[in-house]
Amino acid sequence: MKRILAILPLLAAVVLVQLLTTWTGTQFYLTQMTMAAYYSLLIIGLCVLMGYAGQISLGHAGFFAIGGYLSAALTTRSLVPFKEAALVRLLDSCGLLHAGKDLYGAELLVVTPWAAAVFAVLVAALIAVAIGIPVLKLKGHYLAMATLGFGIIIYRLVLATPWFGEADGISGVPPFHLFSGVTVSGESSVRIMNYYLAWGVLLSGLVLLINLMQSRIGRALRAIHGSEEAADAMGVNIARFKLQTFVLSAVFAAIAGVLLTHYNGGIGPSEAGVMKSVRYVAIVAVGGMAHLWGAMFMGVLLNFLSLRGVFGSYDDAVFGLILIVIMLFAPDGILSLLAGRKKKAATVQPVQQDGEA
Amino acid sequence: MAILSVENLHRRFGGLHAVNDVSFQVTAGQIKAVIGPNGAGKTTLFNLVSGALMPSSGVVRFQGKDIQGRRPYEIAALGMARTYQNIKMFAGMTALENVMVGCHLRGKAGFFSSMLHAPWTWGEERAVLKKSMELLELLEIGECAHVLATSLAFGQQRAVELARALAMQPSLLLLDEPAAGLNIYETAEVGRLITKIRDMGITVLLVEHDMSLVMDISDEIVVLCFGEKIAEDLPAAIQNNPEVIRIYLGE
Ligand SMILES: Nc1ncnc2c1ncn2[C@@H]1O[C@H](COP(=O)(O)OP(=O)(O)OP(=O)(O)O)[C@@H](O)[C@H]1O
Ligand SMILES: [Mg+2]
Repeated sequence: MKRILAILPLLAAVVLVQLLTTWTGTQFYLTQMTMAAYYSLLIIGLCVLMGYAGQISLGHAGFFAIGGYLSAALTTRSLVPFKEAALVRLLDSCGLLHAGKDLYGAELLVVTPWAAAVFAVLVAALIAVAIGIPVLKLKGHYLAMATLGFGIIIYRLVLATPWFGEADGISGVPPFHLFSGVTVSGESSVRIMNYYLAWGVLLSGLVLLINLMQSRIGRALRAIHGSEEAADAMGVNIARFKLQTFVLSAVFAAIAGVLLTHYNGGIGPSEAGVMKSVRYVAIVAVGGMAHLWGAMFMGVLLNFLSLRGVFGSYDDAVFGLILIVIMLFAPDGILSLLAGRKKKAATVQPVQQDGEA
Repeated sequence: MAILSVENLHRRFGGLHAVNDVSFQVTAGQIKAVIGPNGAGKTTLFNLVSGALMPSSGVVRFQGKDIQGRRPYEIAALGMARTYQNIKMFAGMTALENVMVGCHLRGKAGFFSSMLHAPWTWGEERAVLKKSMELLELLEIGECAHVLATSLAFGQQRAVELARALAMQPSLLLLDEPAAGLNIYETAEVGRLITKIRDMGITVLLVEHDMSLVMDISDEIVVLCFGEKIAEDLPAAIQNNPEVIRIYLGE
């Protein structure tokens, strides 16, 4: 109950923003607020990985892209030519396919958004497991390197594959009917509903992660961060916990990719770029590695500004700069500067004792 | 019955034989001490037994199972807990949270039930909280429960570490110099506490430099020197062992 109360002010702020934009006739802001919310879903997942499991992923745009691209391709690329294939017939009989007409009236057979979304998220999770199992057994920042490689592969893959639209990406992605009356779609008639939907998803994600951090699992993760050796000796299976956290963060990224792609009605290769991954890492760093609220707040703010075009053509450069400045001056995040002085005084390291005989 | 037996245990670091052909047994219910001059290999021995280091060769048997080469978390699950010569607090966590991590193995809540804050995890969480608080109070640092562990005084950190190990409800507890850096009153307190822990049914293997403490509380003593076991006997006999006297006086 206390945890629900903690997000009430945020909920109020979300409603307030919507009311303000309606009163002032600036509802177009809600579009960027919706997109920023989905990006922030990825950010808070990455925050748990970086801040609590102490691992850096430079490939989260890759997981986002797996979610987005698979959803987009499966819900737009017609299966009519393969109509007779056993797999397609099986999917059809399971109700996972959707028949219709395309813009020019030709027959169209595509995967339903729900089936595509579930498949996309599963693929992202499986790839995370495949990368994570060998890498997370090693000590140090091998995950950063492995995910960097993964991110580059995904980027080149979507650029080189006609099915993924090459340099043009995929457009014409249909709306996603989540359940009756609730549709992920960028049409202005459902703008307010989509704003609330995105924020509902983000806040649910936040609550889930806050719950996780305050549980047995969260304590184990923080203990790993505090002292791997001691956590190991307390029975914490470090490799497994790091893997689970990595997969969890990949799933958050993929879900964000699925929803944002349906909202935007398409996805392009820049979403898969390594610069995007670096941007996400920078945002988590600004918010404070182990600070879910800070990461979410910064995720919304910086993505909103970026989407409004505030950084102009220096967009990527700004995030690179942010990363450098944060690492130099506030490695615990911007918010820690406010609370910083208190903390420094309180932290006294024990002197190393080498007992005398 | 031997709860722990070490047979012909070796560990080399390059050319250095840090632990060299060491064998001994620890009987369930006793306090056994390992003593020896600086660099004798005592901490290395603890690391080998607890799984933090791989032995070069030899056998470590705990409760009838060969455990050499197993990971520390697996050995912990078999009922072995330890503290460190150089305290290893979980930085960024309070004293209470540190102890709660000690209850990790007793808990069952997984990723999903934790994220959903599922009702069936609430009872477990309450029990962990209560138990951890009790342990802090047993060690008389209950008032520090909500203080960041790394900001506590040295002796208090030692106590947190001990509480954390006890939270694991181990059958064997390895203590690496629990009285190092403490004054004589605190040392005497630690001695009483270790005896109390033994009386709770926990076998204790202890490395300690404070001879009066060791002689006071141990049931048996192993002496290491340059990685080798040079004596193993009752405290009174160790005190009169000429080789042991030579090592300690010649230091
Ligand atoms: N990881 C390591 N790598 C290389 N040498 C090591 C390592 N750990 C310990 N040693 C060496 O092994 C020997 C035994 O060290 P150990 O720490 O086990 O001694 P100790 O008996 O615990 O000493 P002290 O009383 O000072 O704690 C020392 O010479 C030490 O330098
Ligand atoms: Mg030592």
